[in-house]
Amino acid sequence: MTVSDREELAVATPAATAATPVTVTKVRAGREALWFARRNRKLLLGATVVLVFLALAAVGPLLTDHGPNEYVGPPAQRPSADWWFGTTMFGQDVFAQFAHGLRSTFLVGLLGGGLAAIVGMVIGFTAGYRGGTADEILNMVTNVVLVIPTLAVLLIIATYLRVRGVVPEAIFIGLFSWPWVARAIRAQTFSLRSRDFVDLARLSGAGGARIVLREIAPNMSSYLFMTFILLFGGAVLTAAMLDFIGLGPTDGMSLGLMMNNAVLWSALPLGMWWWFIPPGLGITMIVGALYIMNVGLDEVFNPKLREL
Amino acid sequence: MSLRVDNLKVWYRTLRGDVQALDGVTFTVADGELVGLAGESGCGKSTLGKSLIRLDSRMRHVDGTVELDGKELPIWDSERMSSFRFKEVSIIPQYAMSAMNPTRRIGRLVAELLESRGVRPDGVRDELLRRLELVGLAPDVLDRYPIELSGGMKQRMVMVISTLLNPSLLIADEITSALDVSTQKAVAETLVGFRDRHFVKSTIFITHDLSLVYQIADSIIVMYAGRLAERAPTEALVTTPRHPYTQMLLSALPEVGVRYSDRRLTGIPGSPPSLLDPPTGCRFRDRCPLAFDKCATQPPFLEVAPDHQVACWKAF
Amino acid sequence: MLTLEGVSKTYRVGTFGGRELTAVRDVSLQVAPGEVIALIGESGSGKSTIGRLILRLTGVTGGRITFGGTDIAGFKGKGLRAYYAQVQGVFQDPFSSYNPIFKADRALELLRQTYFAELDARRWRDKVEASLDAVRLDPGQVLGKYPHQLSGGQLQRLLVARALLLDIRLLVADEIISMLDASTRIDVLNLLGDLKARGLGIVFVTHDLSLGNYISDRAVILRQGAVVEEGPVEQVFGRPQHAYTRSLLASVPQLHRKWEPGDGLAGEPAGGDGG
Repeated sequence: MTVSDREELAVATPAATAATPVTVTKVRAGREALWFARRNRKLLLGATVVLVFLALAAVGPLLTDHGPNEYVGPPAQRPSADWWFGTTMFGQDVFAQFAHGLRSTFLVGLLGGGLAAIVGMVIGFTAGYRGGTADEILNMVTNVVLVIPTLAVLLIIATYLRVRGVVPEAIFIGLFSWPWVARAIRAQTFSLRSRDFVDLARLSGAGGARIVLREIAPNMSSYLFMTFILLFGGAVLTAAMLDFIGLGPTDGMSLGLMMNNAVLWSALPLGMWWWFIPPGLGITMIVGALYIMNVGLDEVFNPKLREL
Repeated sequence: MSLRVDNLKVWYRTLRGDVQALDGVTFTVADGELVGLAGESGCGKSTLGKSLIRLDSRMRHVDGTVELDGKELPIWDSERMSSFRFKEVSIIPQYAMSAMNPTRRIGRLVAELLESRGVRPDGVRDELLRRLELVGLAPDVLDRYPIELSGGMKQRMVMVISTLLNPSLLIADEITSALDVSTQKAVAETLVGFRDRHFVKSTIFITHDLSLVYQIADSIIVMYAGRLAERAPTEALVTTPRHPYTQMLLSALPEVGVRYSDRRLTGIPGSPPSLLDPPTGCRFRDRCPLAFDKCATQPPFLEVAPDHQVACWKAF
Repeated sequence: MLTLEGVSKTYRVGTFGGRELTAVRDVSLQVAPGEVIALIGESGSGKSTIGRLILRLTGVTGGRITFGGTDIAGFKGKGLRAYYAQVQGVFQDPFSSYNPIFKADRALELLRQTYFAELDARRWRDKVEASLDAVRLDPGQVLGKYPHQLSGGQLQRLLVARALLLDIRLLVADEIISMLDASTRIDVLNLLGDLKARGLGIVFVTHDLSLGNYISDRAVILRQGAVVEEGPVEQVFGRPQHAYTRSLLASVPQLHRKWEPGDGLAGEPAGGDGG
């Protein structure tokens, strides 16, 4: 942006006489962002879908008075007024399975995505702010985790742990999906670190951790938020995949497990679409909605992408 | 008259309304004249420079005409303007460092530019080489990439490229702002050299640095808040300024030899008005020590001495 | 008070850090209490690097810097904070010096957390207002505002006010007015002159000789990291000894004096280009 561009736009604010940077500062951007957020169709659509499924996960299991694995009805029933999503090959209520499965899906997303976010941020900020040897070491760690074949590790773990829960699965996913986050945050921290206000914070006696937490991270808040959304979606997808191939939790119910069972018990050739379509569609819609939200958020936070 | 601008108004569209960046500007530039356009940030000088060659997407031509060598410049019509750009009106942008495509060799860049204007590169090659030698650049610079040149060299290269087709009007938009003192002098003198050798006919030199423009300009126009405040031959403006803004601006300039302990300089209190909703009357009124009730109406831009025009009731 | 002894600073650049870039080359100078010293040079002269070295934002690779007799390289933790209570800095770009998502007076609050944690709200408020008064800012106009709501001149003065909250003995002013308009520059410059009259030492880094001349006692001319000429301002500007100083003075555009033809550096000054 040339000096002249800055001048002309600086004129719009009465108090500015000197060359004013044109980037709308974050606070005005905050209020503007809210204005744009309420109008952004992608964001609203995505958020609505996710919230609907969340409500279903919260309330759904309460609407059924039996567990997901109980044998409650005649087997292989089509959806009807009694069994909204029909029954499985063994007479289990597909809707109950679906509702419980949604819960575990959201749990894995939150835990797995959250863990990955935390690890990625800690490593990214440290590498970006400290630089030098710390950066080199953390880069090596990032690269190692990136190339580890997660499937192979999972198979090994699966052999040794007979019983697996949702939480270990979430932790495992979280520990392997953070490298891209660390890279991206490291890069942004590098550029923010050389700004004058960071120097001024150092001159005020603030230590490294305080500078990262109070000066640098808040400037990236929109990016961090979007990162978490992507990690959440990624964790849900990974968990579904793991469950589908049988490497998921051995207790409880999940959407991927439903699909696994459906395929295992020949739902496809038998035409029992109500057993595998709801979980498949559910996963697709949740993750898809999250990604659409992310695109919408990008438009909200980045003035250049907005359609004015 | 080489360039004639008549009541030019160019506003910016923003979310909060129109910023009246250029609000009724009238002046002429004679053939062979080097005019310095001086002012502080937000005065509209860059808008003026840009509107003479290319309005960007936020700018809106509201009123007024521009005439170059007797022909009207259709500045509001970017397509029709493109036949004038580079050939009759040319601009040297501020940041020469970023003005050249880093992935092209310079010679190729020039060739592509010429071809896009319908000029055969071979026809001007001799002239190009001659001019490179004039500004002190070796001919092999055409085979190099921009990144291999220093900042001063890039600036001079851009100057040669911009004036290659001998435009009638050259606009130099803050070309010295990011440069060191010594390079600044070389660049400013090169600009004068172009005019003296008739590579360009008239030049408008936009800057915020009054002492620099004093060195090379024939006359100086001072702008304030989107309007012209004063215009005079260089020596007259600096020795006998008639507009209070010019007077206060000149007295706020530190010079070598002036010390704080001997003579304290004073600035101008306050700040320029917002051009989103500009005040009526003279826009310098709030900061002017000589303001009186007549200032509530905008003073016209009138001649008070030969070639010396001011927009101030007190100067008439 | 502040002494630089043979200070050098070398950076590693290029792929894999193969090449070396010497930003500061064996520079020695002294700043006495209450003295204003101007570091003048073009880009690449190392003047800003020296400012950062004095502020301990980066470390020396050769020589040493002492403040009150103690080597500043050894300061860390509490020692560093004690150093910052005596030496502070103000930078070139007023808008980049403030975190854009917070209010401007947060810059003052940051100091409070480290140095004035024990003061109660009212006494802190009094102290802030006294500091604002010293820089001639109206508390009502600047407190509680965001950086984009204030002008460049106000922001720079607020930064000086911040530095004055501590009882500093030395201020490093790195091109603090080059991004301001001509009409506000002189106000900030006059402010520095007032502070100097009250005993504050200033290291005034600038590329503009006229500014260096206005308030300084001594001038140090730098070129490509080394000191080229040094001395009382009247001598350096009035009777420059070194050819570089002479050509710099001749290239400065001044009102009422036109450039002589043939003055200044012919062609490309080594290393000198856009800043």
